[in-house]
Amino acid sequence: MILVKENRCDFCGTCVAVCPVDAIELREADISIVHATCIDCDICIWVCPIDVLSSDQKPEAKND
Amino acid sequence: MTDYDVIVVGGGPAGSMAAHAAAEKGLKTIMLEKDRDIGYPVRCGEAVGDVALRQFMDPRPEWIAATITKIRMRSPNNTKIDFDSPGAGYILHRRIFDYALANRASQAGAEIQTRAYVDGLLFENDTVRGVKYQYMGEPRTLSAKLVIAADGVESRIGRMAGIRTAIKLRDLESGYQVTVGNIDIDQEMIDFYVGSNWAPGGYLWVFPKGDRMANIGLGVIGTRAKDYNSHDLIHDFLKEHYPKASMLTSVCGGVPIAQTLSQITANGIMLTGDAARMVNPVSGGGIVSGMHGGKIAGEVAAEAISTGDVSIKGLAEYPRRWRKAGGKSHEALHRISESIYDIDDDKLNKIAAKLEGVPEKDRSLLKIFTTVAREKPKILLDVTRAFTGF
Ligand SMILES: Cc1cc2nc3c(=O)[nH]c(=O)nc-3n(C[C@H](O)[C@H](O)[C@H](O)COP(=O)(O)OP(=O)(O)OC[C@H]3O[C@@H](n4cnc5c(N)ncnc54)[C@H](O)[C@@H]3O)c2cc1C
Ligand code: SF4
Ligand code: SF4
Repeated sequence: MILVKENRCDFCGTCVAVCPVDAIELREADISIVHATCIDCDICIWVCPIDVLSSDQKPEAKND
Repeated sequence: MTDYDVIVVGGGPAGSMAAHAAAEKGLKTIMLEKDRDIGYPVRCGEAVGDVALRQFMDPRPEWIAATITKIRMRSPNNTKIDFDSPGAGYILHRRIFDYALANRASQAGAEIQTRAYVDGLLFENDTVRGVKYQYMGEPRTLSAKLVIAADGVESRIGRMAGIRTAIKLRDLESGYQVTVGNIDIDQEMIDFYVGSNWAPGGYLWVFPKGDRMANIGLGVIGTRAKDYNSHDLIHDFLKEHYPKASMLTSVCGGVPIAQTLSQITANGIMLTGDAARMVNPVSGGGIVSGMHGGKIAGEVAAEAISTGDVSIKGLAEYPRRWRKAGGKSHEALHRISESIYDIDDDKLNKIAAKLEGVPEKDRSLLKIFTTVAREKPKILLDVTRAFTGF
């Protein structure tokens, strides 16, 4: 499952652009993952420039 | 009867140009923007080429933070290649620029609504017939003959119409930028760093913003973003190069450097700007290309509505004109961008060393081209050319 550190997010939409199944809902200052749709491919974690996203399977996906 | 002729989703340069073109042709037009402000936050280095911009409007002093006359490229071992490029372009105040574009659309008759988040489309049979949106959180709908999706890199509106817009990792730069104060740089020079130390599969930019300020940012190619993060790289860079700089703004942002989508229309809808992937894939510049795409979309909207055919067939002029206007060179640039990633640091250093041998006064683009051409890879010529045109 994708975890979101909401306070860290800049709401830039980079993660939304790559999500293959459109599972990220993003407004002006509000982000959420639609877990029912998400296929846990993790690419949103990689492209986020400021490490907002992580996976509960692999919490330290970046720089580990 | 529909509420509007055209609904434009997204209030960036592409959306405002589309709304302006549609309204000017007499269409009843509304532009919906999810954020509370047009033009803010600014997720952009704000560089535009003079010639490119002038295709659409003459630059106005209040938009301009800095005027660019020089370009510097740095290889991984920090060999600096400078060349004069008088009249090259500007670093904008996009906050003011985007506002001016939207204001221009409204003066042509377009309505504009901020805090309007589009979260669905209305369909009649298989044709888009309007949008569902939330205005300050309250659900609303609007019907229209045609929707223009200018919703930027996210490009979700197109997906709602069944167009595949999800971007591949190799076609996306994961970007981070700070606007800093208190730095001493040449305010007429844009400064690029290439190579894997600062910008794996992308480049780092230092763009003057007037008054001892600068936009400093970088993009990391999506395929390498698992191991590198643009935020950390920028902060390391600042420590090393501009330790006294203070951060006035910091933003994230994704730059789609993909080829334009093969499908940019569906029945009752057109995609434009970043949403259609119209950014120059080498330079990452998407302000002017988005304006261009938006303008064409608005004009085709008027034609299609007047003939009463807003089906894919009725909108066929749009992809045709985009291809004619810039789509072809865009495809070539995309091919170039794909091969740039294969150039390793050694090769970049070698090319820079060759260029360094050209006396500065002789560093016309042509000279540089011929010098590099001897060393091959032709690619770098194209890169330089793409940058000087921004
Ligand atoms: C870090 C960075 C640096 C860049 N530097 C440069 C540069 O120096 N020069 C250059 O030319 N280009 C640059 N670009 C690219 C440039 O910023 C974009 O190409 C340009 O803004 C695209 O314009 P647009 O109108 O298509 O999209 P945008 O300007 O992104 O506008 C899209 C708008 O749609 C709104 N929106 C999205 N979804 C919805 C929805 N569901 N409902 C309502 N509204 C919605 C958004 O809030 C946004 O305001 C840079 C990009 C980044 C990320
Ligand atoms: S990429 Fe990161 S900062 Fe940008 S919207 Fe997604 S989670 Fe937030
Ligand atoms: S893990 Fe994959 S499917 Fe899930 S939200 Fe991220 S990008 Fe989308």
